[in-house]
Amino acid sequence: MTLLTIILLPLLAGTTLALLAARYSRSASAWAVAGVTLCSLTLLLGFSDAVFSGQKIVSSTPWMPELGIDFAFRLDGLGYLFALLILCVGLLIILYAKYYLSEKDSMGKFYALLMMFMAAMLGIVLTENILLTFVFWELTSVSSFLLIGFWNHKAESRRGARMALIVTGGGGLAMLAGFLLLGHVAGSYELTKIFQARDVVQASPLFFPILILILLGAFTKSAQFPFHFWLPQAMAAPTPVSAYLHSATMVKAGVFILARLYPVLGGTYDFEIIVSVVGLTTMAFAAYVAIFKHDLKGLLAYSTISHLGLIVFLIGLSSPLSAAAAVFHIINHATFKASLFMVAGIIDHECGTRDMRRLRGLFKFMPYTATLAMVAAASMAGVPLFNGFLSKEMFFVESLSLSHLGWFGDVAPFVVTFGGVCSVAYSARFVHNVFFNGTATDLPRTPHEPPRFMKIPVELLVVLCILVGVLPALTVAPLVFLAATDVFGGTIPQYTIAIWHGFNLPLLMSAVALFGGLIFFWLLQKRFNLHLHAPKELNGHRIFVHLVESLRAFARWLTALLQNGSLQRYLALLVASVIALGAWPFIEFGYNTGDAPVTGFNPVAIMVWVIAVVAALASVVMHRQRLTAVILVGVVGLTTALTFAYFSAPDLALTQLSVEVVSTALLLMALALLPQVGPKESSNGRRVRDIALAVLAGAGVTALMWAVLTRPHESIAWYYLAESMPKGGGTNVVNVILVDFRGFDTFGEIIVLGIAAIGALSLMDGLKMDRKLSTSFLNPVLLSVAARILLPFALLVSVYIFLRGHNLPGGGFIAGLVTSVALVMQYMAGGLVATSEKLRMNFPKIIGSGVLVAGFTGLGSFVFGSAFLTSAFGHPIIPFIGEVPLASAASFDLGVFLTVVGATMLTISALSGASRREPKLIGAAQ
Amino acid sequence: MEFLLASALGIVTACGVYLILRGRTFSVVLGLSLLGYAVNLFIFAMGRLTSGHPPVIVDQATSYADPLPQALVLTAIVIGFGMTGFIVELALRTRNDTKSDHVDGQEPEQSSGSISASQDGKAT
Repeated sequence: MTLLTIILLPLLAGTTLALLAARYSRSASAWAVAGVTLCSLTLLLGFSDAVFSGQKIVSSTPWMPELGIDFAFRLDGLGYLFALLILCVGLLIILYAKYYLSEKDSMGKFYALLMMFMAAMLGIVLTENILLTFVFWELTSVSSFLLIGFWNHKAESRRGARMALIVTGGGGLAMLAGFLLLGHVAGSYELTKIFQARDVVQASPLFFPILILILLGAFTKSAQFPFHFWLPQAMAAPTPVSAYLHSATMVKAGVFILARLYPVLGGTYDFEIIVSVVGLTTMAFAAYVAIFKHDLKGLLAYSTISHLGLIVFLIGLSSPLSAAAAVFHIINHATFKASLFMVAGIIDHECGTRDMRRLRGLFKFMPYTATLAMVAAASMAGVPLFNGFLSKEMFFVESLSLSHLGWFGDVAPFVVTFGGVCSVAYSARFVHNVFFNGTATDLPRTPHEPPRFMKIPVELLVVLCILVGVLPALTVAPLVFLAATDVFGGTIPQYTIAIWHGFNLPLLMSAVALFGGLIFFWLLQKRFNLHLHAPKELNGHRIFVHLVESLRAFARWLTALLQNGSLQRYLALLVASVIALGAWPFIEFGYNTGDAPVTGFNPVAIMVWVIAVVAALASVVMHRQRLTAVILVGVVGLTTALTFAYFSAPDLALTQLSVEVVSTALLLMALALLPQVGPKESSNGRRVRDIALAVLAGAGVTALMWAVLTRPHESIAWYYLAESMPKGGGTNVVNVILVDFRGFDTFGEIIVLGIAAIGALSLMDGLKMDRKLSTSFLNPVLLSVAARILLPFALLVSVYIFLRGHNLPGGGFIAGLVTSVALVMQYMAGGLVATSEKLRMNFPKIIGSGVLVAGFTGLGSFVFGSAFLTSAFGHPIIPFIGEVPLASAASFDLGVFLTVVGATMLTISALSGASRREPKLIGAAQ
Repeated sequence: MEFLLASALGIVTACGVYLILRGRTFSVVLGLSLLGYAVNLFIFAMGRLTSGHPPVIVDQATSYADPLPQALVLTAIVIGFGMTGFIVELALRTRNDTKSDHVDGQEPEQSSGSISASQDGKAT
């Protein structure tokens, strides 16, 4: 559990405190996050004894056991080394950033993001479950995105942030696929079990895809060729971020994953050749490019890529000592590169530029900082007595024993030496151009030494460079040995890290690199004048930008093609797609009908068929005569009701009939506010196209219906028929299903109905429209008198229909609609506005009360310890009326009734608002 | 009978599809109504066609129509009304806000319409 606390401290406490404390003062925010980091560090150090005694601490809390995902954490030598690095460098960065950030920058936001990143990074190195690793992995991508874009007013920052996110996030997705495959093959997502399944994984046919996918993730994150281009762009970030994320820690996450999974993926030929070739290519290529960068941070970025390549190369090799060299160089690179970035930040801060064509002769202004920088640069170049020399020497040794890799083994030492020459050259350029090379003339500011505390992190790191360089055995050797053992996954032979190994080939290579590099730089500087060299972006950056641009152009083209702003066209495309999808199974499996018996024709049915078909076709032909079309559509509706009635569905027939009345009234009222006649405007081509679509759709429906109706009937409905009486206490099975068996569905449906009606009301809010119809025929006396007399009878009928609903056709829905019909009659007879004023009913409230009644009925069953909407029923005897079947479902049905009345009437009465100018019109007419 | 139903559904569907592809909102509303009938009958017919045996439990009955599609269709009819109401009022709002009852919220350009469009356009 303590392992989780190490991560949670920065993730929760760190981010929150950073923001809260920043309200008081900038220092408070820095102190708060430093305190949190120290707490995590203390917790981590508490595990030192256990880790150094070779224990692997694993703690696990179940999370989603069904999926094999637990909150499982793991601390071993490798994780300990990385966690230590993350926390220690993090502390120095916090201190440095306090002086680096200007008054305008939000301290709280910066530290909160930094804490989030720190937590994510700790998560990567401390998880046992690889899916959890992925989660933290993407969290580092996200926090890196936010930190690169910290100065989000700069286009350069936004661009860099976006590119970093796309490249590393995309790689992360590939890695997720790799992890899923790996977990599938190994049978577990836990590292311990995956390591045990090494032989199974390596023998699997999926091994190669797994390897490639995971390597994609690692190479993008660690900026390996050809995915390196995002890292120089990420230099738009504030320098503490560059030092921390893009040099010391995050970019090493890829390296970490390679090291972490080496026990399962490593040792194979594929792994060795791919990883070492990519690493070495990156190392040499980036070192060469770095020489020609004029921007200090650009130089350091390419140098970082080069060193990451070096580490990747070492991890790729199947030698135990190369694992040790890799781990050692991870530490060394973090110390000298972080300090160099900090120096670059100081120079930028003091001089207002980091362009080496403008900087020169700074030694005079800041001799102390210059000395620190020179030590770190010497370490970077691999000068003896500094830590960079030791790991570089080990790197040279390893490159000489690759005879088993064929031609690559022969070429490697030369490439390695070339890389060494280049890295000496760019280190020399850094020192020479910035601190010497004459006197600066056109600096934006006059430089001087930075504040005392800004130098402390640099000093500490530089001291480490020397200490480790001189006394390796006393400082980091045990930790390196421990971590290297975890990487290699077995026992590794004893070795000593020492400065002097005698005169041998690696020493010669070091000497060649050192002197060759100095001469190379001197030649370049004197003969070609480096400053005149204009850097060309002939690399992945251009390809990336081109790819992104083409993607956007493609998206624009596709959008323009499909989305031309015409809804008619979208709908036609939609219908065409539906037809295609519907036809697909028929085409694939053939069309065949079943052998169930069909019933014969009867004359009445043929009559109804003719009426329906003629009305439907006529409504199409005459659709521009809108009044006629509404009536014709109504006729089709009535035949639908007849069909329901004929085929044993009395409830549906009643519902359809009453809905037909209400909706025809609604359409007519709406028509009064719209043009009565539609224009004829479709071109012949469009008409032909639409007829074709319509015929295809109709034929499809007929074919499908026929295929269904000729097949035997199997249904789950027999259960409802059998249980309707015993469990629901009602004989009208349709109603019992609605209010009891599937009551929860019905509950949802009345809510939808209510929402639709209230939505309609809000649409009509404030709407005032001219009425197109002549108003002189309004309020016919006969109708208004008849409607008034009919109202109480109609209400009585609906009460009757409601009460009998549980046992005979009827119920809340139908009763609600019948009531609505009665009320709609009043509207038709008395006019929309007048009737609205007379009725004074608040329909939204009726909807609300209906939903509440239904809901509380459902909740009521909790009182009796049953599930939501469980119904109870009995047959109490009421005086004068007799035995009355009474179910709690009736109360639910009352809710349905109220909602239906409210929603229907609200939809109708919403129109009345729009017609409010009616009285004036009448006045004008008279 | 089965064939009558299947063929009528096809024709009503075709009419509905043709109408929803028209350019004016009111035709679309009518088309949706027609489609609604067809779809409801289609779902209803999943329980097959039974005549004279409503799903109301009585002692002497031997068989019943399938009640489940009926229950589903019953709410569908009511919600269909709610939807029609919403769309009608959406059409009114659009016409009020855009001064056009075309689905795209603007009158189509004359050049893209046929000659007859400009003649009948005056009828509105």
